[in-house]
Amino acid sequence: MILSSADFTAMTISLKLGMVATILTLAIGSPLAWWLSRGQGLFRRIIGAIATMPLVLPPTVLGFYLLVFLGPRGPVGQLFDYFGLRLLPFTFGGLVFASVISSLPFVVQPLQNAFEALGELPLEAAKTLGASPTYAFFTVILPQARPAFLTAAIMAFSHTLGEFGVVLMIGGNIPDVTRVLSMQIYVYVEMGRTASAHVLSGILMAFAVVTMVLVQFLNPRRPSSSKAIRNPKE
Amino acid sequence: MKLSMKLAKLCYFCLILSFCLIFTPLAQAEDFNVAVAANFTNPALDIAAIFQEETGHKPVLSFGSTGNFKTQIQNGAPFVILLAADTKTPLELEEEGLGVSGTRFTYAKGALVLWSSTPGYVDPQGEVLKKNEFRFLAVANPDLAPYGLAGYEFLTKWGLLPALESKIVTGNNISDTFQVVNSGNAELGLIAWSQVCKDNTLSSGSVFMIPTDLYSPILQDAILLKNGSDSAAAKAFLDYLKTSPKAKEIILSYGYHLPE
Repeated sequence: MILSSADFTAMTISLKLGMVATILTLAIGSPLAWWLSRGQGLFRRIIGAIATMPLVLPPTVLGFYLLVFLGPRGPVGQLFDYFGLRLLPFTFGGLVFASVISSLPFVVQPLQNAFEALGELPLEAAKTLGASPTYAFFTVILPQARPAFLTAAIMAFSHTLGEFGVVLMIGGNIPDVTRVLSMQIYVYVEMGRTASAHVLSGILMAFAVVTMVLVQFLNPRRPSSSKAIRNPKE
Repeated sequence: MKLSMKLAKLCYFCLILSFCLIFTPLAQAEDFNVAVAANFTNPALDIAAIFQEETGHKPVLSFGSTGNFKTQIQNGAPFVILLAADTKTPLELEEEGLGVSGTRFTYAKGALVLWSSTPGYVDPQGEVLKKNEFRFLAVANPDLAPYGLAGYEFLTKWGLLPALESKIVTGNNISDTFQVVNSGNAELGLIAWSQVCKDNTLSSGSVFMIPTDLYSPILQDAILLKNGSDSAAAKAFLDYLKTSPKAKEIILSYGYHLPE
């Protein structure tokens, strides 16, 4: 067998992390993107900028801040301590927390763009037909923004799988608990086991190519300008 | 209305499912967590394996950079032992009360070599450096890596630093530095002997063993951490690392020197 049991464990943790983090990021990112798309105020812009931060911060910086923030001396860590909960760093929950934060921009950006492109009209039309806002969101907005939701989910999932710096810092590279696929590769490189590193890297690479091609198909290019021009008399 | 209810239910289901997944306790080895400097990955795995065989205790090894581990230990990491790549970090942890005082010791000494991935490129006397006919010499960052600092000391002792300074490419750590040379991007590199030897003999390329009096000793220290002050297994592992002839044999075979 090319893959060892440690490889499978790392892969399982990665996939589980990817699924949980994607669901949670969508759950948090969708309302956030919706709210951001419904206004132009200063406050919204600031929150929008903060939600984009993980995209531009170096992963180790993000990981370091999360570690301090969630650790025993950090505000969240002390809150956890107060309620007698287990601290998040170096646990699977910590990986999830860190992955949600670092994947948030990958969900918020496409959704916000899609929501903004939809505009107010579909919602207003639904309202005149007597739809409640929740009903309108699920029956009008959701179907129309489906490609954006799929893109967001795929991006969040694949970004979580490929993430290294943040999860190394917050996870501590503990075998069977927080050692994800990218860390397993790192361990192989450190061991000088290049062949094993290549196999796992190849799997990640193939996965990344497939998902990014999928994203390309989900977001078809705008029709060329000649086709887009409509007959004004139509 | 029906559809919206269904979708809402689905969303709640997904949320609850994901929470359940988070809080599912993963099967955790009830034994002890050891933070190991990445350069010591291979010997640590071997020593852990025979230690487990002999005692039944299972050391769970995490690999990473010493600096990262320090930050993680300061922020509540579950490690009971640190096998550092330097002497500074264990000392600082002891001073901060995060390490158990009196448990620090040197478990291995690194050996610095001049290495090329091309066979025959480096002569046994290291004259290739003085000839200065190469494009790049890879050296680890002296501020971050003990091997980098040792490399600069050696170049200074040989009086080559001014001539070669513009040819030095800096690796973030000794592993990156090795990759730069191994991939042929730099013809030469000052790296660890442990990276290019197998059973203490050269495994590929060509090498100049730099005399140990040309650089300060690259000492790697271990320390028992506060979390492990009550762990008999952790203490036994440190003791094994320090005194067992088998552990010493493994350390030597991976190209490290033993502390005097």
